[in-house]
Amino acid sequence: MQQIINGLMIGFMYSLIAIGLTLIWGVMNIVNFAHGDFLMIGMFTSFWLFTIYGLDPLFSIPICFLLLFVMGVAIYRFIVSKVMKGPMLAQLVVTFGVSIFLSNLAVYLWTPDFRLISSTFFQGTWDMGDFNLSKPKAIASMGSIITSICVFLFMKKTKIGKAILATEMDRESALLMGINTERINSISFGIGAALVGVAGAFLSTYYYIYPQVGGLFGTIAFSIVALGGFGSIEGAFIAGILVGLAQTLGGFFFDPAYKYAIVFMIYLITIWIRPKGLLGW
Amino acid sequence: MSENYCLEVKGLSKWFGGLAANLDIDFSVAEGEIVSVIGPNGAGKSTLFNCIMGFYKPNSGKVSFFGKDITRLRADKVCKLGIARTFQVVQIISDMTVLENVVTGALLRYTSVAHAREKAEEILAFTGLSGKKDFRGTELTIADKKRLEVSMALATQPKLLMLDEAMAGLTIVELRQIIDLIKKIRKQGMTLVVVEHVMEAVMEISDRVVVLNSGKKIMEGPPKEVVSCPEVIQAYLGDKYRAVCK
Amino acid sequence: MKNFTAKPITIAGAVLALLLIFPLVITQTFPIHVMILVFMFGMLGVAWNIMGGYAGMFSFGQAAFFGIGAYTSSYLLIAFQVNPWIGLILGGLVAALVAAAIGYPCSNLRGHYFAIASIAFSEIVRIHFNNWSLVNAAEGITIPMMPESLANFMFHSSKLPYYYIIMAFLLIAVIVCYIVATSKMGYYFRAIKESHDVAEVLGINVVKYRLIAIMVSAFLSAMAGTFYAQYILYIDPESVMLGAISIQIVLISMLGGAGSVLGPVLGAAILVPLSETTRVMLGHKGTGVDMLIYGFLITIISVYQPQGVWEWFTRIGKKIK
Repeated sequence: MQQIINGLMIGFMYSLIAIGLTLIWGVMNIVNFAHGDFLMIGMFTSFWLFTIYGLDPLFSIPICFLLLFVMGVAIYRFIVSKVMKGPMLAQLVVTFGVSIFLSNLAVYLWTPDFRLISSTFFQGTWDMGDFNLSKPKAIASMGSIITSICVFLFMKKTKIGKAILATEMDRESALLMGINTERINSISFGIGAALVGVAGAFLSTYYYIYPQVGGLFGTIAFSIVALGGFGSIEGAFIAGILVGLAQTLGGFFFDPAYKYAIVFMIYLITIWIRPKGLLGW
Repeated sequence: MSENYCLEVKGLSKWFGGLAANLDIDFSVAEGEIVSVIGPNGAGKSTLFNCIMGFYKPNSGKVSFFGKDITRLRADKVCKLGIARTFQVVQIISDMTVLENVVTGALLRYTSVAHAREKAEEILAFTGLSGKKDFRGTELTIADKKRLEVSMALATQPKLLMLDEAMAGLTIVELRQIIDLIKKIRKQGMTLVVVEHVMEAVMEISDRVVVLNSGKKIMEGPPKEVVSCPEVIQAYLGDKYRAVCK
Repeated sequence: MKNFTAKPITIAGAVLALLLIFPLVITQTFPIHVMILVFMFGMLGVAWNIMGGYAGMFSFGQAAFFGIGAYTSSYLLIAFQVNPWIGLILGGLVAALVAAAIGYPCSNLRGHYFAIASIAFSEIVRIHFNNWSLVNAAEGITIPMMPESLANFMFHSSKLPYYYIIMAFLLIAVIVCYIVATSKMGYYFRAIKESHDVAEVLGINVVKYRLIAIMVSAFLSAMAGTFYAQYILYIDPESVMLGAISIQIVLISMLGGAGSVLGPVLGAAILVPLSETTRVMLGHKGTGVDMLIYGFLITIISVYQPQGVWEWFTRIGKKIK
């Protein structure tokens, strides 16, 4: 039972991370290999705000959001947009370059040490009898769910959100209808980055913070996006939970050392059997 | 009796979910004929091509090529047997030169690149692209790209050539060039099945016309007959194309 | 006005001659070591290029084949005393088989989807080897010391034999790539790279040719792996199956010029010495500055010269003519 709870909670974090990635992927058909590093920046932002100003991570969420949004838009405008018309190889490699740059910038600025946020507003665990519910993890999960719902509503109800969805579904038609697809690209990249930055803030309440943390989460996010369906936000949400569960339960019943191998296997099987994913188009 | 036919389509149906893109289509093409397939947008013409060529597996029905059942064959095998096609949205290899594109097609019948190149030069002379043989794919006009696509198809030395809306987006001069090319190809003994919207061209080149509407074949016959058939005219009502008899 | 026409053959001959006498002139071990790595990565880049630059299958997981080669020959050597040269061939075959096994279900994957699949596959392999007791899991394998000889594929007194062996391997890879590029296969690979539909309509069996590309690429990569094992004399999953190696391979191919035979070699010649020297000079403190520069460079190249440097050279070469 404990495993199921753990799986769910890591799943909720995965969901939020994956939503950002699927948004970018769906709108401009580019895989953001630097996504995990945006997460890392979010985590460090939250960490430094806590360490220097004593700001609880939950309050640094808006700051993370804004910071990563600006970063995302800038990276799109000055780097990614320039390779959109270039060869496929360049599109693949450019975000790798950004990823290597960011993670090593973190090493340079903040050393490769592992860090933890020592005391947050919510601490400790609730004893629920059958299992233990870690307070920070639970709060982070709730935060992730709330954020996901906000994103979902934003997409469906606001003008910009609908424009993004339209661009995702059919770029040419969106262009013909007067939607400035370049601007949508920037905004989507920015929102994608911002969301994973927020995820970083949540994650920083209980997870180790270090420059290379992005690599693992970023790679796992690919599996989730594939399972959920490229471009589908609801899909990413559900898939995140499923992958979290699969990873934890798989690791528990099979072999904990292989838990990430299971996640990668999920990607391969999804892409072989049902390339559109669960909810993709 | 069916061995006399170049291509025979019997009872072909293709469903996508609940939608019947092709429903129970029957027609045959004799060797050396030019048959045009016409119909309003969405009638199922490209689906038909894809089924014949092997890109789609039809849900039911049979496709025979010179008596051989090719219904469930993969596209590259169909090509090897002797059917070539062009696409509605022209597809060439943009990173290669014109000559290299045609060589790729010719390599189907030769293992030596040198022999394939000879054949490719022949084909380019035939289709009139020799002057541009070192142009990169990206440097060509639409009309030239279409001509290149036809050259690539011819390089595979097919017995049946299927052209999917080869005339879309061409100027009057370019149209005349393609029509002349088609006639020239037929003179060499090729059989052609052509999907087309440009009615003037259809009237001029076709021996027979097959009309599709909403996935079904509604009429088949010589061009003049088809064009004056009320059902056909009704299928096109609302379309801006008007059949012009020469 | 002098007309400077340098025939490619004479340039190639000159370069080859220089490379042959290099270790006899420059005798310090570090430069020779760097050159050995240049040749090895050049070989890996050329191998990658066959499936990536030519056939359009951009693999970000080549390290898996590199590692499989290293592990196969090393394991066979220790467990069954199989001669490393035979282990070399067997390692290549194992890698090719694994490549076919993973390549087949991926036959429809292109672009980003294929790239991620290659990462997923490579990571699964690495995690497995990290936990597989048969190959000592994370502890790795130490290649046993044997008397120095060519037959034993082991030399203790000098790096020179390693230098010439890997140079020969690189030459083999280049020749294989050249043959592929100028033959029917080369045309077919490039057609597949453009579009599966176009390829099929020209009668190309897409699945078959994709598999050929992957298998040849894997075999050559595995050869490099065996070399590495016999050179460094210690392998573990973190050193031979790491994602960073896979990315390095992609980068040198792109920097040099994917889609040309010698492009990756040029890329290796630039990138490997750069990363080795910056690592020695700046990286030892763990400040990450070397990788910082690296990441910056990659981003710049992707944006401004994605066709690679080789194309730039040939353009200038044409202007000189």
